[in-house]
Amino acid sequence: MSGVNVPVRRGGNGHRRRRGGEQPMVPDAEFTSYYGRPVIKEPVWRVPDVPGYFFLGGLAGASSVLAAGAHLSGYRKLARVAKVGALGAISLSTVALVHDLGRPARFANMLRVFKPSSPMSVGSWLLAGYGPLAGAAAVSEVTGMLPKAGLAATLGAGLLGPGVATYTAALICDTAVPAWHEGFREMPYVFAGSAASAAGGLGLLATHPDDAEPARNLAVLGAAVELIAKRQLLVRLGEAAEPYEAGTTGAVLRVAELLTAGALAGAVLGRHSRAVSALSGASLVAASALTRFGIFEAGMASARDPKYTIVPQRRRMAR
Amino acid sequence: MSSDPAALAGHLDHPPRMGFFTDTSICIGCKACEVACKEWNAVPEDGLSLSGMSYDNTVGLGASTWRHVAFVEQPAGPSDGVRWLMASDVCKHCTESACLDVCPTGALFRTEFGTVVVQDDVCNGCGYCIPACPFGVIARREEDGQAHKCTLCYDRLGAGQEPACAKACPTKSIQFGPLDELRERARLRVQDLHAAGQDDARLYLDDPDDGIGGAGAFFLLLDEPEVYGLPPDPVVTTRDLPEMWRHVAIAAAGLAATAVALGLGRRRR
Repeated sequence: MSGVNVPVRRGGNGHRRRRGGEQPMVPDAEFTSYYGRPVIKEPVWRVPDVPGYFFLGGLAGASSVLAAGAHLSGYRKLARVAKVGALGAISLSTVALVHDLGRPARFANMLRVFKPSSPMSVGSWLLAGYGPLAGAAAVSEVTGMLPKAGLAATLGAGLLGPGVATYTAALICDTAVPAWHEGFREMPYVFAGSAASAAGGLGLLATHPDDAEPARNLAVLGAAVELIAKRQLLVRLGEAAEPYEAGTTGAVLRVAELLTAGALAGAVLGRHSRAVSALSGASLVAASALTRFGIFEAGMASARDPKYTIVPQRRRMAR
Repeated sequence: MSSDPAALAGHLDHPPRMGFFTDTSICIGCKACEVACKEWNAVPEDGLSLSGMSYDNTVGLGASTWRHVAFVEQPAGPSDGVRWLMASDVCKHCTESACLDVCPTGALFRTEFGTVVVQDDVCNGCGYCIPACPFGVIARREEDGQAHKCTLCYDRLGAGQEPACAKACPTKSIQFGPLDELRERARLRVQDLHAAGQDDARLYLDDPDDGIGGAGAFFLLLDEPEVYGLPPDPVVTTRDLPEMWRHVAIAAAGLAATAVALGLGRRRR
């Protein structure tokens, strides 16, 4: 029987495995795999490019929302911060996206077709429309030139901004990655909330509290939506929630949640203190970035482990 | 008409849908398919290491591996020793193809034969197709930064030839032909195997009502799909996309409404 060299590594072929170690939320299921190899390929998207883009795109899109609101209600200092912030964030985003391509010189192929079946195609067209508007809004604001065109650009960017901030949720959920796909009902709200709290946070950080009321409102609303939606997401995911809670990724997401909750309290209770407001704002921005990196890494981990692909499919077949 | 993807893609008056029926019950693990594929398609070498996974040192499909022979050694009864499963895996050329759906450049397209092919001069290496595939087939090549996978030998099909792997297969484990004929042949083959006492023979991805609308390349397996590294019940991710867009629209509308609410509150001083 020396020729019978059955692999003994985790999840070896033809063998049932039972997992030990960390305490799972859902009782572990037995399953079979091919030498423990993943069934799907993990994304080739790189850190920090892609999770950084999710964060910056959200910050930009929601900042344009804030800019439009602040502009119309007469919070001109806040509007200026939001417009400049939106332009800076979307510029960095674009660089990150092009850099992440396997063939960066061919980035313009993104606008070769329009495909509603591809969130990345929809997003490319959104960015192509939004970017110039955000740029025009910021340039007009800073230079004072063409104020009417500037207002139009501000409103246009405010209209497209929510799309820029949320389509990325469909982008990651429209994959076979279990920890992303199975959360498609909640992810857009997590992303919208995270974007709003980041944009509100930037406003709080860079503006005197007396001039930042719309930013505070946006931050508080966004942070609350994000905290609730993320909890709902984890409930929905069942065992695919494990990658969100285990190891470094789990720690990052817990820190993000604590920062968000703390900043939420700080933004409300410390509304008359410049220092507390600024600290709360900075915390919200940081928390939003950590959240996106954590969600990104959780998806990668769920793609690497065949368990998250095979067990839910088996359960579906048993029903 | 979901079984006629070529027509849905706009090919009028197209040839019949062509595909593979890979009958793993007669695979001898010779890897002639892997070699023939690499040779014909000029696919670069992608590693010459030993994996420790039985005779499988190819390990899996990838950007530079378009046929992959899996080897599974299972303990059989005390007197039988070991049962050795071998199976040549390949791109499934799904009826509902996630890689094609999500490709933002149109580099991935549906051919007149109903197969799915990447256009090398269009792909910009965004990588979206890679996590979209429920089988982990398509991948990005380090050398050129672009996505690659089996083309079902699109060039050979155009010249009336069969794909290189099927041509090279010495046991006819890999059969090429019109998908309708292959499905009929496969049903008869399973019946024969069952009659011969091989009760665990089953078809995989032959059903047009499954989660990918049936595959252009389907299989006869002798154990559960996951034993061979295949997902037991794959569903194309884009089936849920309309609902995803609905939730994105609600979330985005909520953000936009927030802007309006913020704008309504006139500054007090």
